Amino acid sequence: MTADLSGDDLIPVAGNGILHRRLFLKNTLILAVAGAAGTAFVAEPEAAAAPAPVPATGIDPSSPPWMHKPGLPFTGYGKPSKFEARTLRNIGGNRDLAGNGVSWTPLESLEGIITPSGLHFERHHNGVPEIDPAHHRLVIHGAVRQPLSFTVDNLLRYPMRSHLIFLECGGNSNAGWHSEPIQRPVGSFHGLVSCSEWTGVPLSLLLDQAGIDAKASWVIAEGADAAVMNVSLPLSKLMDDAIVALYQNGERIRPENGYPLRLVVPGWEGVVNVKWLRRLQVTDQPVMARNETAKYTELLPSGKARQFTFVMEAKSLITSPSPGLKMRGPNVYEIRGLAWSGRGKITKVEVSADGGKSWGLAALQEPVLSRCFTRFRSAWAWDGGPAVLKSRATDETGYVQPERDVLVAERGRDGYFHYNAIVAWGIDEDGKVAHVYA
Amino acid sequence: MFMRDFSPGAFRQIVVGLALMCASAVALAGDAVKAPTLGTPQLGTPMTAEEIAKWDLTIFPDGRGLPPGKGTAVEGKAIFESQCASCHGDGGRGATAEELVGEPKPPSKDNMSKAIGSYWPYATTLFDFTRRSMPPGAPGSLSADQLYAVTAFLLHANGIIGEKDEMTASTLAKIKMPNRDGFVRVDAK
Repeated sequence: MTADLSGDDLIPVAGNGILHRRLFLKNTLILAVAGAAGTAFVAEPEAAAAPAPVPATGIDPSSPPWMHKPGLPFTGYGKPSKFEARTLRNIGGNRDLAGNGVSWTPLESLEGIITPSGLHFERHHNGVPEIDPAHHRLVIHGAVRQPLSFTVDNLLRYPMRSHLIFLECGGNSNAGWHSEPIQRPVGSFHGLVSCSEWTGVPLSLLLDQAGIDAKASWVIAEGADAAVMNVSLPLSKLMDDAIVALYQNGERIRPENGYPLRLVVPGWEGVVNVKWLRRLQVTDQPVMARNETAKYTELLPSGKARQFTFVMEAKSLITSPSPGLKMRGPNVYEIRGLAWSGRGKITKVEVSADGGKSWGLAALQEPVLSRCFTRFRSAWAWDGGPAVLKSRATDETGYVQPERDVLVAERGRDGYFHYNAIVAWGIDEDGKVAHVYA
Repeated sequence: MFMRDFSPGAFRQIVVGLALMCASAVALAGDAVKAPTLGTPQLGTPMTAEEIAKWDLTIFPDGRGLPPGKGTAVEGKAIFESQCASCHGDGGRGATAEELVGEPKPPSKDNMSKAIGSYWPYATTLFDFTRRSMPPGAPGSLSADQLYAVTAFLLHANGIIGEKDEMTASTLAKIKMPNRDGFVRVDAK
C-alpha cells in the first residue's frame, strides 16, 4: 500500500509531516493506520487444502466456507464476534478485595464516539450490587416540603431526556503524575472515560414535587452498593441538567453502571454520577464524605488541597498510533483520536508531529456535541524518522489543554486526580510507539 | 411497564398515554378511557419522619446524625486488629489498603501525607465512612459502640486524642482535625 505523495494536499501544514485537514473531505484518499505490534509483518495465512470440486453451477469453490453452509440461528441478545474476543476492559482490582478497583475502556480498540455499554469503564468501591428493581426506592428528603419515595416503575412513567456525554473518573490518567512515563496501551492509562447516551428523568421534576426549601444549596447523593457511597453536590447544578438515568445506550443501565438508577451529572467527575442511586438529601451544606475530603481532592505543593473540583477539563489523546501499535513503514497515516471537555463543545484539536514545536488543525468528525466525545482525524506523512506526536484540545470557553510541564508546575505531583495534560507518543525509526514526556 | 399490561382496556389507555407522552393516567388498567391530564407526573409517595429515619445515614460535620454510643482507643485496638489490620496493616501503617496513620499536622512540602491525622478535615467523616463502608467483607456489621471505639483507636493512633478519651456523639463532633482549613473549594462554594 503506497500513497501518492505528490500534490498540494501533501504539503505539510506543520512540522514533520502533519498534512491539511481537508484531506478528510476527499474520500478517495487511502491512509495507512498503525497496526498491532505483534502482527505488523505477519505473512498471509497459508491457503487451506483445496476444497472438493463443485458442480459447474455452484459458486466459486474458493469462496469462504461461511458462504457454503447455513449460518447460526437468531439470538435474543447479540454479542461481539468471537474474533473480537480480545477487545475487553482491562481489570485492575484490589487483590484482597475483588470488587474494589477499576476496569479500563480499551480506547485503542474502539472507533467513533460511542462506548459499547459492556466496555464502559468501571470504578467500584465494593463490588456490583445485584439490585432487584421491585425492591429499590429513590428517597428524596431533607430540606423539602414533603419527603418522597419513588419506585422504579413510577420513575419510568416520567418525561425523559437524554444526554449524549462522556463520563470520566476524576482519577483518570493519574499515571501522568508519575516521574517516568508509564508504558501501557492508551486505554489502560487514560481509559477511565467512556461515552454513552444516558436517558432518564430530569432531577428537577422530582425535586420540584418534593418542594425545595429556599435556604437549600446542596444535595447529598447516596448509592445502594456495599460501600453506600455518598457525595455532596450543589443544588443548582442538579436543577440545571442532572437526570436520574434509567437507560444507557438505549437499554436499561447495566448493573456495573448503576442499575436500576444512576445520577448523571453532565461534564462532572465520575464519582458524583452516583450509581445505584437510593437517596437524595437536600441540605444547606456538604456532608464532607470520605470521597469528597480524603479522596477526590488534590493536594497542591502549598499543602492546601483543591476540593469540589467537579468539572472535567478539556482533554484529548491520540488513539492511533498509540503504544502497543506499530507503524508499517513510511507512508501517509491517519492519526485518530478523541477529545472532550466538561465545559462544553470541543472547538479545535491541533496535532503535532514534532513534539509541539508546530501544530496543524485536525478534522473534527461530526457530530461535535457539548460534553461528548469528539472524534478527530489528521493525515500525517511519516518519513520513517523519529517523531513525537501530540494532540491539544480547545473548548468553547477558550480553555486550552495544558502541556504536562505547565500542569505539574501548577499542581505538583501529589494531587492524583484531574490530570488532563497533553499526551505525547514517541515514534522511533522502527515504527515502535512509546509514551514519552516531551 | 406498558408492554407487560396489555389487556384491551389497558391498551386504550396506552394509546392515550403515548399521545400525551407524559400522562399520569397511563398505568392503571381499567375499562374506560380516562380523560388525559397534562402536567408533570406526581408519582412520589409521601414519607413519614419515622420512615425517613430508617433511610437517613447522613452524619454531618457538626455531629448531627451520630448515633448514641461510646468507645475508647483501648477498646478499639482489638476491633482494629480483628477487623481492619489484615488490609490496613499493623497499627494502620498500610498494607494492601492505604495507610491510615500519619502525623497530626497538615500536609507540607516535606510531608505530603494523606493519612487521617494529616489530611482528613473532619473526625465525623471517619465514623461515617467506617459505618457505611467498612469492613468491606461485612459493611454495616459493627455496632455503634464498636464504631466509636475503632474511631477512637484511629484518632489516638494519629495523635489526635488520648488513649482513654471516650468518643461519643458529643465528643467526636468537638474534635478539630489538624487539616480542617486545608481545603480550597473550586467548583462550588
